[in-house]
Amino acid sequence: MAVLSGTGVEHRPADPPKSRTRWIASEEASGLALISPTLLYALALLFLPVLIVIAYSFWTQDYLTIDRTFTLQNYRTALGEPIYQDLLLRSLVISLVVSVVTVTVSYPIAWFISFHGGVHKNLWLFLITVPCWTSYLLRVMSWKVILGYGGVMNTGLLSIGLIDKPLTTLLYNSNAVVITLVHSWAAFAILPIYVSLEKVDRSLIEAAHDLGDNKLMSFLRVTLPLSLPGVISAFLIVMIPTVGDYVTPKLVGGKDGVMIATAIQAQFGKGANWPLGAALSVTTMVVVSAMAGLVVLALQLLVKVTK
Amino acid sequence: MSGRHGIPKSRWLPAYVGLYLLFLYFPILLLPIFSFNNASTTTFPLAGFTTKWYASLWGNSAMLEAARNSLIVGISVALLSTILGICAARALTRYRFRGKKPATGLIMAPLFLPEIIVAVSLLMVLLQLGLELSLVTVILGQVIFCLPYAMSVLISGFDGFDRSLEEASLDLGETAIGTFRRVTLPVVAPAIVSSLLVSFTVSLDEFILAFFLSGTEPTLPVYIWGQLRFAAKLPGVLALGSLMLLISILLLTLSEIIRRRAEHRLRAQGAQHA
Repeated sequence: MAVLSGTGVEHRPADPPKSRTRWIASEEASGLALISPTLLYALALLFLPVLIVIAYSFWTQDYLTIDRTFTLQNYRTALGEPIYQDLLLRSLVISLVVSVVTVTVSYPIAWFISFHGGVHKNLWLFLITVPCWTSYLLRVMSWKVILGYGGVMNTGLLSIGLIDKPLTTLLYNSNAVVITLVHSWAAFAILPIYVSLEKVDRSLIEAAHDLGDNKLMSFLRVTLPLSLPGVISAFLIVMIPTVGDYVTPKLVGGKDGVMIATAIQAQFGKGANWPLGAALSVTTMVVVSAMAGLVVLALQLLVKVTK
Repeated sequence: MSGRHGIPKSRWLPAYVGLYLLFLYFPILLLPIFSFNNASTTTFPLAGFTTKWYASLWGNSAMLEAARNSLIVGISVALLSTILGICAARALTRYRFRGKKPATGLIMAPLFLPEIIVAVSLLMVLLQLGLELSLVTVILGQVIFCLPYAMSVLISGFDGFDRSLEEASLDLGETAIGTFRRVTLPVVAPAIVSSLLVSFTVSLDEFILAFFLSGTEPTLPVYIWGQLRFAAKLPGVLALGSLMLLISILLLTLSEIIRRRAEHRLRAQGAQHA
């Protein structure tokens, strides 16, 4: 069956060239027709809205009226005001730390499932993904219960005598935000890494061993470079969404853990300055994409060097 | 110590996996534990067993209203994103056409975007159009967010489909619609059911879009968010949260079982063909 489906196109009767082009055209038309409802939906409710955000970021608002003359004033505020600079910088640092930690702690798990999962691979993947499907709000709330002053962690540490009074440094800071986000995004890092590890030809690793590489060297020279695409997608899928996280900083971040999403939200709530909110959103996206690009480059470079 | 194929097998790795699972599951198991605890604070030692927090949910009309809203939104989102997902997944797995990559990229983009930016941009467009925020706007937004999940389930289900079955059906004179209903649908049905369940779960637990787009009709997560300000309401929220966790886990397990059964059947068929 695999062979058949691999050559599925060739066992079609050979058409004369003219009708063949017509056939391709009609296949193309059918494909486009079939995807068009979904595509139009995404264009109308995702692409168009993003364009409108970009447009708004160059406009200004005077109470309820929008002034549509082009201006860079919003970006001057977004990039110049110390408060927004701080929030943006902290959001970037947190999303970078979260993605590095998540990918690092998740890699061995993906490796374990792919190489030692045996016949239960699917069960392992299911076990890993279930927590990430459950309510994100509830998981953040749970971390609040764990890390709080009278929380599980403090009572636990007190009862085994490691500390003599509750730690106040666990909750309401950036560390709490990082821990919670690493927990939330674990499966999103494991899955892409697992997929790329599954594609690694096992005989290559064996060959590296036969040729005298030790475990570490064969990992660095064979497994890691070959799983790089998965590592890169894991980085992107964790880093970019976490930069704009709203719930986690609000619930466990306290004053020191506030991130840019709070500022964006404020412009659409009571603060009501849509153009500034739009400019903050666009700035965040552009800067985090640039950072993600740099991380990808750095990873590729690193793998080249260790090879 | 060296395993099969010279792949190193270490002793600490299983221990690490165990710790990791503990890290993943501990926060999730904590909520049910405290939801049965006979105290309004969430500290150890536990103060005894009670079901009063669950009982208190029953008479809570605001919560029941939110649950009803979540149900309406969840079912609508599951249906809409699965129907849209079927169109796109079918087009992507069955036909070759130009612009496949950018189209896929756009549909899958919400996975790679901060949710707040999706929410804010939708909010601006919907308000610009003069639409009143309601459950309808939540549904419109959550479909965008659920599509990538529905699509990945559906694409992997449609991928294993043997195209020659459809060609045979068409050659034997069945219409395109008849072929889809009688040949394609039975094979891809498990993926469709999986997609419905997964989309419903994602919608049930989704907070940001619902928070921005729901107006005066909260869904369950938005209701919970409002309750979190009051420390005294925490046990009730924990009970509600535990119920939601249970529903999510049941739906996901169901979807996994359906998906795996179908995979087994396909593999068995494949073996027969070969």
